[in-house]
Amino acid sequence: MSAVLDHAGGHAHDHAHDHPTGWRRWVYATNHKDIGTMYLLFAFTMLMIGGLLAMGIRAELFKPGLQFFNPQLFNQLTTMHGLIMVFGAIMPAFVGFANWMVPLQIGAADMAFARMNNLSFWLLIPAALMLVMSFFMPGGAPSAGWTLYAPLTLQMGPSMDAGIFALHIMGASSIMGSINIIVTILNMRAPGMTLMKMPLFCWTWLITAYLLIAVMPVLAGAITMTLTDRHFGTSFFNPAGGGDPVMFQHIFWFFGHPEVYIMILPAFGIVSAIIPAFARKPLFGYASMVYATASIAILSFIVWAHHMYTTGMPVTGQLFFMYATMLIAVPTGVKIFNWLATMWRGEMTFETPMLWAVGFLFVFSMGGFTGLILAMAPIDIQLQDTYYVVAHFHYVLVAGSLFAMFAGVYYWGPKWTGVMYEETRGKIHFWGSLIFFNITFFPMHFLGLAGMPRRYADYPMQFADFNMVASIGGFGFGLMQVYFFFFVVLPMMQGKGKKAPQRPWNDPDGRGAEGLEWEVPSPAPWHTFETPPKLNAAATKVVG
Amino acid sequence: MGTEAMTTLKSSRWARVIGGLAALAGVPAWAAVNDLPGGPAVNQLNLHPPVSQIAEQQQWLHWVMLIICTVIFIGVFGVMFYSIVKHRKSVGHKAAHFHESLGVEIAWTIVPFIIVIGMGAMATRTVVAMKDTTNADVTIKATGYQWKWGYDYLKGEGEGIGFLSALDAAQRQMSDNGTPEGDDYLLKVDNPLVVPVDKKVRIITTANDVIHAWMVPSLGVKQDAIPGFVRDTWFRANATGDFYGQCVELCGKEHAYMPIHVKVLSQADYSAWVQGKLKEMAALADDPSKVWELAELVARGEKVYQANCQACHQANGKGAGPIKPLDGSDIVLNDPATQINVLLNGRNNGAMPAWKQLSDTEIAAVITYTKNSWSNQTGKLVQPADVVAARK
Repeated sequence: MSAVLDHAGGHAHDHAHDHPTGWRRWVYATNHKDIGTMYLLFAFTMLMIGGLLAMGIRAELFKPGLQFFNPQLFNQLTTMHGLIMVFGAIMPAFVGFANWMVPLQIGAADMAFARMNNLSFWLLIPAALMLVMSFFMPGGAPSAGWTLYAPLTLQMGPSMDAGIFALHIMGASSIMGSINIIVTILNMRAPGMTLMKMPLFCWTWLITAYLLIAVMPVLAGAITMTLTDRHFGTSFFNPAGGGDPVMFQHIFWFFGHPEVYIMILPAFGIVSAIIPAFARKPLFGYASMVYATASIAILSFIVWAHHMYTTGMPVTGQLFFMYATMLIAVPTGVKIFNWLATMWRGEMTFETPMLWAVGFLFVFSMGGFTGLILAMAPIDIQLQDTYYVVAHFHYVLVAGSLFAMFAGVYYWGPKWTGVMYEETRGKIHFWGSLIFFNITFFPMHFLGLAGMPRRYADYPMQFADFNMVASIGGFGFGLMQVYFFFFVVLPMMQGKGKKAPQRPWNDPDGRGAEGLEWEVPSPAPWHTFETPPKLNAAATKVVG
Repeated sequence: MGTEAMTTLKSSRWARVIGGLAALAGVPAWAAVNDLPGGPAVNQLNLHPPVSQIAEQQQWLHWVMLIICTVIFIGVFGVMFYSIVKHRKSVGHKAAHFHESLGVEIAWTIVPFIIVIGMGAMATRTVVAMKDTTNADVTIKATGYQWKWGYDYLKGEGEGIGFLSALDAAQRQMSDNGTPEGDDYLLKVDNPLVVPVDKKVRIITTANDVIHAWMVPSLGVKQDAIPGFVRDTWFRANATGDFYGQCVELCGKEHAYMPIHVKVLSQADYSAWVQGKLKEMAALADDPSKVWELAELVARGEKVYQANCQACHQANGKGAGPIKPLDGSDIVLNDPATQINVLLNGRNNGAMPAWKQLSDTEIAAVITYTKNSWSNQTGKLVQPADVVAARK
């Protein structure tokens, strides 16, 4: 198919040994670059499926009254949109980035466990099939919300079991991916690449991987208990047998809150690579960025019940979780300030990756501020489970994680494929997405403040205008991502376009992007750093 | 702080600006709909006008937070945009090379830390006030059902009143037909919850099936209703009128169709309503001295069983897990005195709850039903008078 797929580049000579071609190359894949590519394509496919469901949701909410779907099917759409985006799109996409970039950035030949890497990718396929196909099971897909609150899950049809099984498999895949990343980072760094010289993307992923290992089993426990409640007569969460539905929420959010940082920390890593490159100035506070990331990760374990203010916690509980949650603003602020200080008095240019990174900063911060507002328990009593919450988490997950990933694709895409994307197209994609994103989600703040509950198939007529605006924005945002695939991704994969230089983001005098990934040619050869490279003092360049 | 002024500001000018922009963009306004007092306003931009002290505090806190966040946002991103404009290569700016400054890092850790702790401190008083449900004048239990609300007045004036409150059926039909109309679309119920003005009303929430949540934005309350558990919240409405809310915890297919309507009446009107409602209920109630025939008592008992017992003891009377079977039970078959006692007082530390809130007729009926259902075909019956005797 392409430069990257049949690796036409300058390495046809390095094949003393054999490796599978055709379909075997992908099914038996052990190469971190091939597996990374598959992860990214898989995640994009899921993004499109989840996006299609979102289009369904926005079509139904375009006008008050039911037009397209009955409320049951509508609930299936919201539930599956959430599950597919979180577990199918965002998480695998970041693992794809890690697969491609971690070995390149630390000067390793490959991931530590190449065959486990293959398994952790290929497990995703049956899991995703099971999740998506659950729409065609009797009773349709699960419709209890992506949070899977008991005892509503106990009322679901057989598709709930398929969903639980799929999540288990995806969880196993994530844990294997995390172990691989941790072992690779801790054991396979090139000599001289000390931990505190490592690129921030590797740091954020190292911390994320620990978070994943800590909390994926917790989710597995929660959904296993749901499964046994459904089928084997246990009553963990079933009040009719003495179970506690609130306990499910505690367990779920003990997973769920670290999970949201799992979905944002690698994004911080990508942005931390891009901003210094385009400001032509080193990152302002490398060490404090590492400490801030670690602080966020640690705090993420003690704030889970801010998702549960309305369940009726004791007053001390509400106060504890309110203060703890607000504290997260501190390390997050440190990160934002460090990025700004990096830009300050730099020599900035605004190619597409930088646009996405700056767009990320601006829009993600809005989500951060609404998070601070939501953290305040008395205000949350008004806003919990309304569209304000929907607006908040799309500002951090779409404008946060997704925008950072787009930044990453434009930044590292030339290295992956050996082809430059077309700058105008990247800019169209950025500005279109940014504008449509805000048209979609900004009015949702107003809807939430006015009390429109989330997960509603129909709503009072006073909410009609803002819903219509949001729907129009949503359709636009969806179309921009289709544009991205056909006009940016596909041409790069097919090798159409200007050939990428080895260092596309460096001035002739060498200023710009730093890191070992720019020490290898574009496209990156199939095998890189087969022998450990000798590094300069800053561990940013290969010297002999 | 001028909450009121700000509220007015938002509802008039900004609404018009936004409305105008929407019109310019060619978005059709829903000419047919007006603001619903106590419910949502057309294109409402902020929280509902508060009708309780807690709601006022929530609104005040929200304004303060919004202002602080906006100021910081403008400050921080003012710096960023200044930098974007001035420190770019295309205007010939040359990169500086400073980085790492412990002092700066400490400063921008400590200052936000102080700000967020200050924010928390502002809210603490309200959190404590929200959770103080003691000394209520009226206590009402709100029970979430799929998909309606049940209200039982447990204490205070109106004690003993109980009714169900469901969405107006015509509106559900409109929703299906895709032809919504009316300012109270999806908010109109058959029986609103009625409460007195200026009295502390404690709402105890629970649910019958799955988790629901009881919300009335104007009164500043939102409380999950959790099956098997009771939670509580409170409000003191400082104005009469109609106030609307909706279920806010996903509870299945008809989640969008179980609204909440609270009618706040003056003390005199409330007393009159209570008197009327109690008379109405007495008229509907059964005379406990009536002697029933087996067939009609079993038929009545079946309804009581389905509404109250079936969730645990199952339709086939065989129970499940720790739930004792009724089918073939020795007590059910042969020991009416113990069975009445179990229903009135519960058993096993409340694993079987007490059902003394049911009427004498209902208890007699459901006992008779269990004695004459499934394989239990005893032909025996328990009269309401037996229950009356056992209650003493």
